[in-house]
Amino acid sequence: MSPALLYALVGVGLFTLGLYALIVHAHLLRKILAINVMASGVFLVLVALAARTQGTPDPVAHAMVITGIVVAVSATALALALMLRVRAATGRAELAEEPLE
Amino acid sequence: MPDVLLSIADIPWGVMTIVLPLAGAMSSFLWPRRALPLGLATALAIVICVAGLGWQLVQQGAQRYAVGGWGAPLGIDLYADGLSLLMLMMTAVVGLGISIYSCGYFNLERARYFWPLWMFLWAALNALFLSADIFNLYVTLELLGLAAVALVALAGGADALTGAMRYLLVSLLGSLCYLLGVTLLYHSFGSVDIAILAERVESSPTVWAAMGLMITGLLLKTALFPLHFWLPSAHASAPAPVSALLSALVVKASFYILLRLWLELFPFASAALAQLLGLLGAAAVLWGGLQALRQTQLKMLIAYSTVAQLGYLFLAFPLASITGWTGALYVLLSHAAAKTAMFMAAGNILYFGGHDRIVDLDRVVQHLPLTITAFALAGISIMGLPPSGGFIAKWLLLEAAILSGQWWWGIVLILGGLLSAAWVFKVVGYAFTRSEVPHEARAVPAAMEWTALLMAMVAILLGLFVPWLLALMEIGLPFGGVGSAG
Repeated sequence: MSPALLYALVGVGLFTLGLYALIVHAHLLRKILAINVMASGVFLVLVALAARTQGTPDPVAHAMVITGIVVAVSATALALALMLRVRAATGRAELAEEPLE
Repeated sequence: MPDVLLSIADIPWGVMTIVLPLAGAMSSFLWPRRALPLGLATALAIVICVAGLGWQLVQQGAQRYAVGGWGAPLGIDLYADGLSLLMLMMTAVVGLGISIYSCGYFNLERARYFWPLWMFLWAALNALFLSADIFNLYVTLELLGLAAVALVALAGGADALTGAMRYLLVSLLGSLCYLLGVTLLYHSFGSVDIAILAERVESSPTVWAAMGLMITGLLLKTALFPLHFWLPSAHASAPAPVSALLSALVVKASFYILLRLWLELFPFASAALAQLLGLLGAAAVLWGGLQALRQTQLKMLIAYSTVAQLGYLFLAFPLASITGWTGALYVLLSHAAAKTAMFMAAGNILYFGGHDRIVDLDRVVQHLPLTITAFALAGISIMGLPPSGGFIAKWLLLEAAILSGQWWWGIVLILGGLLSAAWVFKVVGYAFTRSEVPHEARAVPAAMEWTALLMAMVAILLGLFVPWLLALMEIGLPFGGVGSAG
């Protein structure tokens, strides 16, 4: 197993771990962190697989990761701001249980 | 051709449709006192640019722009064909209507936040419909999601905030699944350009994993049953113009990406997967219709009807013919106009009476005759009665179902139509009857009533301009094949 593949598998593992945490935890901060772990997993896959060319790694994948990080930072900022507003409005940083459908 | 016309044809109209709303968003953010005139001027300018792009496409066929002069493998390409053009036109018409409507709806305090966000959303939509590579689609999808979530939260209050929060988490989850799929495709074929990928793509376990991830992510964002759980609360709790643009435009954007990928990149996808999408679509039509009937709040009812109408879009997948795709696209267009009109009408009723409980509508027709007319006309299109756009859409889908020998999808179409008819008549009925609780009665600005009516008229008129729209749809042959649809 090449190091690149190992890193990529770790990335997929992080993605799955984040997905699990997103589903099981009720607290919004944990959900936001879970989303961030998932995003890091995807970025790790992208960076690891950039080593597929011989010699210097593929720069396009790195450019994509940088774009992705910018997106993730803005999304996290919005999510945190929204979480504070939810907490101020409802008194707790959790989503209300879904009404039965 | 005269020189003036030639120089008009050389203007990169497609790029302008992205740059203009971005500039509008920035300027209305920097000068909040002038947000309204700046926003309206931008909205008009975008409509003109989309018309210019349409003229260009009719004259010269499908267009490809290399932004900044950098070509496909390294730079970002924009691509416009008949499918993108129709989506842009839909966005322009609905967008102009919502812009005019929101002048009356928002007070100054809210307007300064609404306009920059709405212009960002519009820029994201236009960029999404013109993107030619799957990574750029990811970026526009995220920009769209963030702007949409912020707009939902604009309503304030616990319902809107939790709705927005749930929407944000779902939207991020969907985008991340999509991005992981993009990563796998890029790794396998060394490109993110859709045209280049379409040449290189071949069936392999990695591609199947990528396809599964991308389709799941996009279905989550398109709110196909049973992944629709986040939609009703987000759409119903947002301010009325925002509900209208979420239902009419935002959910369609992820469907558009799904359609593009399905047609271009995944031709090897098995018939079983197409049948599954069709079945989920059928379940959405029935479930959404039944849930809509059970609702007590008008906006919640309309939001569930969106779940049902999104189901129709997926009936085209098992049919897999040009007629079927055209039908789905027609559902998309007529639903956009009709649902905008409905949410505007609901917004007017809420503005007038201070509540949207269906049983307490209390002869609202006497006070808001235009609004109820708009609601009923939009209802005609949603039910699929002639001569509306909704009728043409269902007719095309029915024709495709019978031609492909899968008549049972036709039953879903008819049942869905009956369910829609039931809830439309229920609402209109209560609008004529007296109730115990009188309204607070606040005058509704005329612009809000008229835009609702005009949007409903667009939904009806879509049924009368069929050949013209079908001709536009075929520019660049987005659905493959030759000759006319049908």
